[in-house]
Amino acid sequence: MATETHGAEESSSLVFHPMDQFIVKPLFGEGPIHWYTITNVTLWLALAVVCVILLMVVGTRGRAIVPSRTQSIGEMAYGFVYKMVEDVAGKDAVGFFPYVMTLFMFIVMANFLGLLPMSFTTTSHFAVTVILAMLVFLTVTIVGFVKNGTKFLGLFWVSSAPLALRPILAVIELISYFVRPVSHSIRLAGNVMAGHAVIKVFAGFAAIAAISPVSVLAITAMYGLEILVAFIQAYVFTILTCVYLKDALHPSH
Amino acid sequence: MATETHGAETLSTCVDSHGSAIGMPQLCFDWFPNQIFWLAITLIVIFFVLSRIALPRIGAVLAERAGTITNDIAAAEELKQKAEEAEAAYHKALADARAEANAIVAEARADIQAELDAELARADAQIAAKAAEGEKAIAEIRKDATKSVTQVARAAAAEIVNALGEKADTKAISAAVTDRLKG
Repeated sequence: MATETHGAEESSSLVFHPMDQFIVKPLFGEGPIHWYTITNVTLWLALAVVCVILLMVVGTRGRAIVPSRTQSIGEMAYGFVYKMVEDVAGKDAVGFFPYVMTLFMFIVMANFLGLLPMSFTTTSHFAVTVILAMLVFLTVTIVGFVKNGTKFLGLFWVSSAPLALRPILAVIELISYFVRPVSHSIRLAGNVMAGHAVIKVFAGFAAIAAISPVSVLAITAMYGLEILVAFIQAYVFTILTCVYLKDALHPSH
Repeated sequence: MATETHGAETLSTCVDSHGSAIGMPQLCFDWFPNQIFWLAITLIVIFFVLSRIALPRIGAVLAERAGTITNDIAAAEELKQKAEEAEAAYHKALADARAEANAIVAEARADIQAELDAELARADAQIAAKAAEGEKAIAEIRKDATKSVTQVARAAAAEIVNALGEKADTKAISAAVTDRLKG
């Protein structure tokens, strides 16, 4: 692939590097990337933190009964996630609300920051989403065993099914349980990465004058879709977390 | 490990010599520790900011707002009831005032009627008195007139008798005139 692009670079201006936007670089100077190196990942994660603080802390500093616009958005996010936790995971799951809210606010902010031109999308990296998904998986498993003890294993033993089918279902349930963090993380990173790569590919076509109007239109359309995806993927990730939490708190089918 | 043999420190196994990605940068394990470290810090910071500051604050604001709205609705109900009471009182006062006004009007009318009747009676009495006086005067005048006529008749009768050459007997003439006047 690299050799192909070399040839293209020399022959024409049509160059595709759709994945270059995902490269991790040190922010200051050059050099190997250690675990502590301040990189573009650090920058965009920090910006996500800043945005969350701006919206949820600075925006609500007025504590107004009649809210300002920013406070209104913060309250809307609060109400949205709180209702989701309460409705999906149950009333006894509201203790996990700050945890779920953290996941939602981080993903939604990172996704939207990733839509800025020239930005780095942290949620397009498996390293990030796998950690998020593993956090949820471990939390759910630990909470499930702590709250229900061995009854948590009832999640895999479908008592409503005929006895003969139960072992087979147990295997299927077990597999699906352990596939959860995989699908949970790949869904988020895959959606975000694919959209961004497609936009970059269209942007590469814009170098050809004849195609560029179509290309620009396609980028605009993709961008609109990506805005939708940015929110929906954050929503999906959060609601699945709530569904898994419900399994941990009420393992009976 | 290939990068080390290249000798260029800036290059890793995931980026080629032109600075382009080799394969998917998402699968470059060299970068994982960095991403995981900074992600952990990010999540911890967001979690503490949210759970310590933002969420209690927003929760309090929402609860306060719900309380304020409930109180305001209760206050509005109370005020509405008061307004209805005031309206009823106003209507009652209006009806009372109207009844009183009617009573006053009736009283005044009765007073005026009584006064009028008294005046009329007095006027009638005066008229009656005047009429009686007049009648009396007329009767007197009539009586005087009769007397005068009698005198004139006597005198005329005495003169006529004298003219006939006879000595007029006063008593006889008077009796005759009186007799004639009666008849």
